[in-house]
Amino acid sequence: MAEPLLSIRHLCKSYGALAVTDDLNLDIPPGELHAVIGPNGAGKTSLIQQLAGNAMPDAGTIIFDGREITRLPIAARVRHGLARSFQITSILAGFTVLENVALAVQARSGSSYRFFGKVADEEALNQPALEILDSVGLGNRAATRASLLSHGEKRQLEIALALATAPKLLLLDEPLAGVGREESDVLIGLLQKLRSQVTILLVEHDMDAVFALADRISVLVYGRVIATGDARHIRDNAEVRAAYLGDEKELI
Amino acid sequence: MINGATGRQRGVLALFVLLAVLPLAARFGAESFLLSVATRVILFAIAALSLDLILGFGALVSFGHAAFLGIGAYAVGILSSHGVTDVLVQAGVALIVAAAFALATGAISLRTKGVYYIMISLAFGQMLYFLAVSLSAYGGDDGITLAGRSTVAGLPLLKNAYTFYYVALGALAGSYLFMHALVGARFGRVLIGTRENAERMRAIGFEPFRYQLTAYVISGMICALAGVLLANQAEFVSPAYMTWQRSGELLIMVILGGVGTLYGPILGAAAYLLLEDGLSHVTEHWKMMFGPMLILIVLFGRGGIAGLIGRIAGQRHEAGHG
Repeated sequence: MAEPLLSIRHLCKSYGALAVTDDLNLDIPPGELHAVIGPNGAGKTSLIQQLAGNAMPDAGTIIFDGREITRLPIAARVRHGLARSFQITSILAGFTVLENVALAVQARSGSSYRFFGKVADEEALNQPALEILDSVGLGNRAATRASLLSHGEKRQLEIALALATAPKLLLLDEPLAGVGREESDVLIGLLQKLRSQVTILLVEHDMDAVFALADRISVLVYGRVIATGDARHIRDNAEVRAAYLGDEKELI
Repeated sequence: MINGATGRQRGVLALFVLLAVLPLAARFGAESFLLSVATRVILFAIAALSLDLILGFGALVSFGHAAFLGIGAYAVGILSSHGVTDVLVQAGVALIVAAAFALATGAISLRTKGVYYIMISLAFGQMLYFLAVSLSAYGGDDGITLAGRSTVAGLPLLKNAYTFYYVALGALAGSYLFMHALVGARFGRVLIGTRENAERMRAIGFEPFRYQLTAYVISGMICALAGVLLANQAEFVSPAYMTWQRSGELLIMVILGGVGTLYGPILGAAAYLLLEDGLSHVTEHWKMMFGPMLILIVLFGRGGIAGLIGRIAGQRHEAGHG
């Protein structure tokens, strides 16, 4: 196996007596689309929070692209190529779609301590932003205020914002949350396209999507990985079935 | 938005042209009175404008902004009591001290949010106020009366009410143009983005704190400049420059005029000072009338005076097309 792009070792995090991450180990090789599933409260979002730098682990290490990032601030992780999307849509609602993405491009291209020169006219920001918008299927919505987008389009914009930081690893926290059937198909198509460009760690509740997309799947229960493997391996795993007993039908 | 911008630019240009020709009108009326009121309006407009940078574009409700007026005023008062009467030196010192004060207090206060930020900015403002009160060498509570207005590179330019007026107007125009460029540039977009959603800004790789702190320093320095000129106009410096009521007045000017518009605070400063002046001629209890008027404007004139103008212009625009 190639050197993993992301390597998580003995990661632990507790809130009081509640261990949300309990000696968690996980390796993701470059190019993989790795899905993390698990029942509610299994610690999926907590894991994303610790990987992205929104929460600090109590113990353990996170190695990303050969560098330890366990305690780096968020912005430094983003500069090293780790980008995330949010479970609850987080965009700049008052900005246009283009301005949203152009600002994300700006974050990695030159200084933002420029007090003169109209940023709205900077082709060096708008051009890459437009290309990213085209690639996620929002090219024709560039001039729209982000708050006026449909829910599914906002989810696309979330992904565009993450892509604009030129990531090596994309952390997607339930990108399909609250999205209708039709829009969900658009997003799944988008993820199919992205998987060849960037390594993805996908947390998702939609099992159809997970089984259709993931190279490998890890099952998280009470903050621990109880199984990792391809879709068939996970479907047949007895422990996984036990953990999902209530949702057994979903898995079959 | 782009259509509105050109209309707004014309409006702002008209405003500055009006201010530029105002002294001509003063020749026909109560010259010195009108000129001194107009100068005062312009100086407070600079202070309100500086507050709008952090309030309107950074969503930072600073309740201690008058501290910077005080820094500017005391730079003039203290230096001239030691014989340093040139405004270039005084303003230079004022800007450096204001920047240092903003850096030190902002580094602490900007780590808090919402009502805590308001309280901390108020506390820092009060600290400076009580420091000034305790400066017995410089008059303490009674303040310092200046021997005269500052010189400009050795020339007594500020003595003349007309030149003083145009120096103030130049400072306002310069501040406005600088801030207008600032909010439209890369820096401004980061500042506004942080106002919209700081968590998202971090997730795309920004450290919002650094940009907010820079904006706070710039804002404080421009406000200190207004303080330098205000002290010269009054030829008097006292802790009254930096009471928390004064900080509140600056907030009212910005909100009254229109938060986050840059030209709104200029109108807000004019409206506030003229109303204050006008109403105080009518009755001693003018604040009883002023209070309800403020409430009405905030309730019904969303976006302040600037918002009102925008709506009227917008309606006319629509009518023209309909």
